[in-house]
Amino acid sequence: MNMVPRASHWDELIRPDRVHGSLYNDPAIFEAELQNIWYRTWVYVGHESEVPNANDYVAKSIGPQSIIMTRDEQGKINLLLNRCSHRGNQVCSYDKGNARSFTCPFHSWTFANDGRLVGYAFPDGYEGTDKAGLGLGQVTRVQSYRGFVFGSFAAEGPSLREHLGGAAETLDRLVRTSPEGEVEVTAGFLKHRVKANWKFILENECDGYHPAFVHSSIFGVADSAIGTLYGGKSTAVTRDYGNGHTEIDLRPEFRKRGQPLSWFGTNEARLPDYTSRMKAAYGDEQAREIMIDGTPHVMIFPNLFIAEIQMFVIQPLAADDSVQHVTALQFKGAPDMNRRLRQQTMGSVGPAGLLLADDSEMYERCHRGVLARGPEWIFLGRGERREGNDAEGFRIGHVTDEVPSRGIWRHYRSLMEAR
Amino acid sequence: MLSRENSATLMTAVSAFLYMEARLQDEHQYEAWEALWTDDGIYWVPANGADIDPEKQMSIIYDNRSRIALRIKQLLTGKRHTQTPQSRLRRIVSNIELMGEHNGDIAVASNSMVFESSLRDDTIWAARNEYRLRYVDGELRMAYKKVTLVNNEKALFTLSFLI
Repeated sequence: MNMVPRASHWDELIRPDRVHGSLYNDPAIFEAELQNIWYRTWVYVGHESEVPNANDYVAKSIGPQSIIMTRDEQGKINLLLNRCSHRGNQVCSYDKGNARSFTCPFHSWTFANDGRLVGYAFPDGYEGTDKAGLGLGQVTRVQSYRGFVFGSFAAEGPSLREHLGGAAETLDRLVRTSPEGEVEVTAGFLKHRVKANWKFILENECDGYHPAFVHSSIFGVADSAIGTLYGGKSTAVTRDYGNGHTEIDLRPEFRKRGQPLSWFGTNEARLPDYTSRMKAAYGDEQAREIMIDGTPHVMIFPNLFIAEIQMFVIQPLAADDSVQHVTALQFKGAPDMNRRLRQQTMGSVGPAGLLLADDSEMYERCHRGVLARGPEWIFLGRGERREGNDAEGFRIGHVTDEVPSRGIWRHYRSLMEAR
Repeated sequence: MLSRENSATLMTAVSAFLYMEARLQDEHQYEAWEALWTDDGIYWVPANGADIDPEKQMSIIYDNRSRIALRIKQLLTGKRHTQTPQSRLRRIVSNIELMGEHNGDIAVASNSMVFESSLRDDTIWAARNEYRLRYVDGELRMAYKKVTLVNNEKALFTLSFLI
């Protein structure tokens, strides 16, 4: 096992065009990641539409931490840690529900859904005890963008908006695909476990080099135009937004086609209700542009992946154990589109998905592979010499280039080196 | 029961059908398994419980007949990496019961336990299976198969063989 590098020595493991294999499998490095990434930076937790009503709650996570996301009486979203302040018992054992309070089954301590301790059994033994100091643990900062709720355990640091940086625009683009400008997360999650490090998942999400090979079995038999998006002649680009956020921008290809809803493998005639609602909401010209461009393919560091029609939430449990939570995106005010989004998503992702089961196979084989003693390094140099900048100054490359991986590791190193 | 056969005879025929289906699945005889389906077949593996609405909520598998065909075609390419090499499988089917009829089809339920050995590890899967079977040209065929995994509320490893 490797020693976790001192703050100044992460450059020994992370170089511009390669990273050390131990970063994926050393349990000590995993523990350091929990402290420096998962329990510090902004992490996606849940979506406001999962708790639409006062007192709704849903079970969520930040890495191995069990989090209860609640909407309290005042409508505020809270991220509570699932641990009684008395003896540590878990106070919530259900995936979702509606509750004003959580009563610990051990000694009947009761907490309001904003985390306050409101009562305990036989209070006469607690004379002089201050309830105010005995609430549930909370994720220190909670902020939302476009309905996506993030939490950070750091009391200070960049705001969520600063953390998202240029990638915030991808979420703007996403919600614009709804005639009402809102995404909803209402279709339930598939939970797909892999015996692999979470960073294999993170890096694969915007890896445009693999689809032609990992997914050839489905591209070959389905009537799918996805394959050409990731071909050598594709005009799509990879982008590094900084702060670890990465994108595969397929719009150049979709604009070449110039066909509304081609990005979704369909057309206006097959989704007439959606098309008319979009035109009513945005006007003919802008609706057409939105429906040509489609939704983004963006990996918000460290755990929220918007994959055009579905979203994934990456949950690390151990150096070699991760869960992908995945659901179909649902666009408010678009019932005919939503049905198709669910059907396509169910076919593609989850434990039996025609696409994701093969990606997950690669994650697990990579994880076992890097246990080999040599060649020690993962080589990430593809396209390094042909990187460019877009109009905003973000680094871009060919769709098959490893711009995203290099961007992720650049940010990772800065987080791990931080004190 | 709409069948001409008496219950014992039907039970024998249904049991033989379920055992054959199990063997075809264990031995990756994809085309022979696909041929067991009626033209309107539905293959459903729900997530997060037994009684979700598959038209509203995500399922692990919710295949109509054409998606069953696509799933089989993908396996037949030999490039479905998660099944290359194929999982080694054996399953036990038991607790077979005739559950009456459903719109003229024979309703059947069973329990199954599957032992999978794959590159990752050995995995045990356990499920309640509900079928709707139908005689087509004198042969039993599946019009509906619902597989409710006991642990379908938890995070599951890849399930890429035929369950």
